[in-house]
Amino acid sequence: MSQTLAHYAPMHRQSPLRRFANLLYRRPNLYLSLLLIPPLLWFGAIYLGSLLGLLWQGFYTFDDFSMAVTPDLTLANFGALFSPSNFDVIQRTLTMAIAVSIASAIVAFPVAYYMARYTTGKTKAFFYIAVMMPMWASYIVKAYAWTLLLAKGGVAQWFVQHLGLAPVLQLILGIPGVGGSTLSTSHLGRFMVFVYIWLPFMILPIQASLERLPPSLLQASADLGAKPRQTFMQVILPLSVPGIAAGSIFTFSLTLGDFIVPQLIGPPGYFIGSMVYAQQGAIGNMPMAAAFTLVPIVLIAIYLSIVKRLGAFDAL
Amino acid sequence: MTLAVQFTHVSRHFGEVMAVDRVSIDIKDGEFFSMLGPSGSGKTTCLRLIAGFEQPSAGSIRIHGEEAAGTPPYQRDVNTVFQDYALFPHMNVRDNVAYGLKVKGVVKSERLARAEEALSMVALGGYGHRKPVQLSGGQRQRVALARALVNRPRVLLLDEPLGALDLKLREQMQSELKKLQRQLGITFIFVTHDQTEALSMSDRVAVFNKGRIEQVDTPRNLYMKPATSFVAEFVGTSNVLRGELAHQLSGNARAFSIRPEHIRFAEGPVASHEIEVSGLLYDIQYQGSATRYELKLDTGQTLSVSQANTQWLDTSAQHQTGQRICARWAREAMIPLHDVATESAASEAH
Repeated sequence: MSQTLAHYAPMHRQSPLRRFANLLYRRPNLYLSLLLIPPLLWFGAIYLGSLLGLLWQGFYTFDDFSMAVTPDLTLANFGALFSPSNFDVIQRTLTMAIAVSIASAIVAFPVAYYMARYTTGKTKAFFYIAVMMPMWASYIVKAYAWTLLLAKGGVAQWFVQHLGLAPVLQLILGIPGVGGSTLSTSHLGRFMVFVYIWLPFMILPIQASLERLPPSLLQASADLGAKPRQTFMQVILPLSVPGIAAGSIFTFSLTLGDFIVPQLIGPPGYFIGSMVYAQQGAIGNMPMAAAFTLVPIVLIAIYLSIVKRLGAFDAL
Repeated sequence: MTLAVQFTHVSRHFGEVMAVDRVSIDIKDGEFFSMLGPSGSGKTTCLRLIAGFEQPSAGSIRIHGEEAAGTPPYQRDVNTVFQDYALFPHMNVRDNVAYGLKVKGVVKSERLARAEEALSMVALGGYGHRKPVQLSGGQRQRVALARALVNRPRVLLLDEPLGALDLKLREQMQSELKKLQRQLGITFIFVTHDQTEALSMSDRVAVFNKGRIEQVDTPRNLYMKPATSFVAEFVGTSNVLRGELAHQLSGNARAFSIRPEHIRFAEGPVASHEIEVSGLLYDIQYQGSATRYELKLDTGQTLSVSQANTQWLDTSAQHQTGQRICARWAREAMIPLHDVATESAASEAH
């Protein structure tokens, strides 16, 4: 009996690996720093370092005649952002980013709500796959595909004609600032493609925030006499704001930095992303490209502070 | 007599599962009515049927005489205190309590005054500016109560509201709830799986089992005169004796219930109204205020006997396991049970 019990008694001889594991157990801070130092090094040196290095180049001087960059520090590049043509680019991009974020939220919310509240098991898996599947295809392929869909004589136009809505489309395309000669060369077409491409980034955070909403809260609201519309406005919407905010950070920042869609779809004219691309690529004006990269960073910082002030992160 | 809630042959199925099976209850106006039963017995579904979160598959539910089946929760003059309290996390306590008034369009000054009044009623005056996360479990429970009561409902539904509280707080809330119910005169319908809670608070209790009601009665009758073996064993502890022995001891019943504390150990002659059995003592559990003895009778059944430790001396030392002992009880303490009688009658008929 005692012999068999001795089998279960703690073993005193320990392997070096076991001793190391015990050391980590006794010193949780050591454990934590061992885990965190490699990613922090990567994040600090490679990610933040290169970003700061890029921004630093924004202070360099670009010589228009020799096309050469010299490390003489100047604020001229940042000042040039406010020149009418550059400011126009910023304004155009910002307007599009706001419009795309709002439209994505409106389109994504019902889908996210249905996914969170009405689907279980296989149906939920189906919706997850359906939402994410467009992300499996290359983004550039999708953008090109849309140029064909929206082109003159393309599928979109064919549908509109068969539904007898061609005059309506002509009317919309006639609105200045929205329209263009065809869908594929209009602001509207560009907007549609942006909403399409970023939609999953809006659906998933909203869905996650609605998923966390206990059903008893909605029942409590109805129990206290709130009609469905009141429950939506007073309970569901305020509690899903963190999800909408998270999703809009994606749609907003991705639109601000995009340089493919504005080149392929919509009227001519630069976006911030395509401006950076053109400046550092075709023109070789790295300092101006660096100055432009600062714009989305500042805009997103402003956007986040507004969203925070609205209380979007209170319920996190 | 006016009825607050009336169920007539109400059923609720979830697919194949009969959550509530042809239940009929009359709940009187101003009554403290409890629905008691194990989990999955259908008591919470009944509550949700009254609140309107579920619709009956069959039958009629009347709330103050009006047919309620088919109307949504927001059109019913009942309010619920939820098991998880369901306080709105993005609103402070005052806005939570004033919510019901707000959605009904009560002007701001009046609803804030009434919210403050309701909060002081549950001893939480001055907590209005706090968020629910800043409150303890007991305080959240009171906020949930105030939020329901501020609407002055005619029926208040409570879904195991004390389940998450610790014992001391639970006992305190039990007496406060009872006091509040008497003051306000509102019908309280209280769902619980805790039989002590149901007995101590209620005017009447309905005992649920497998979607059906076993018995509706006052706490005293439920304990003293259980109608079925389920009630006898679920409400308090009971010795349910069946078969040949039951017939032999009682003379007529096929099954009866006898409470452990109604049995005593004794020597000497047996009185004419008493019944005596003998057996082997095989377990003794000291429980503080009482001691529980387990007997194996000569006829094979087991019998629990509970003796109150009324003396400051521990009397359990007199008994030892393995000892032969005689147990007695008064004939009137045996409660004939109906369900087992009918069941065995049915099986005998085959």
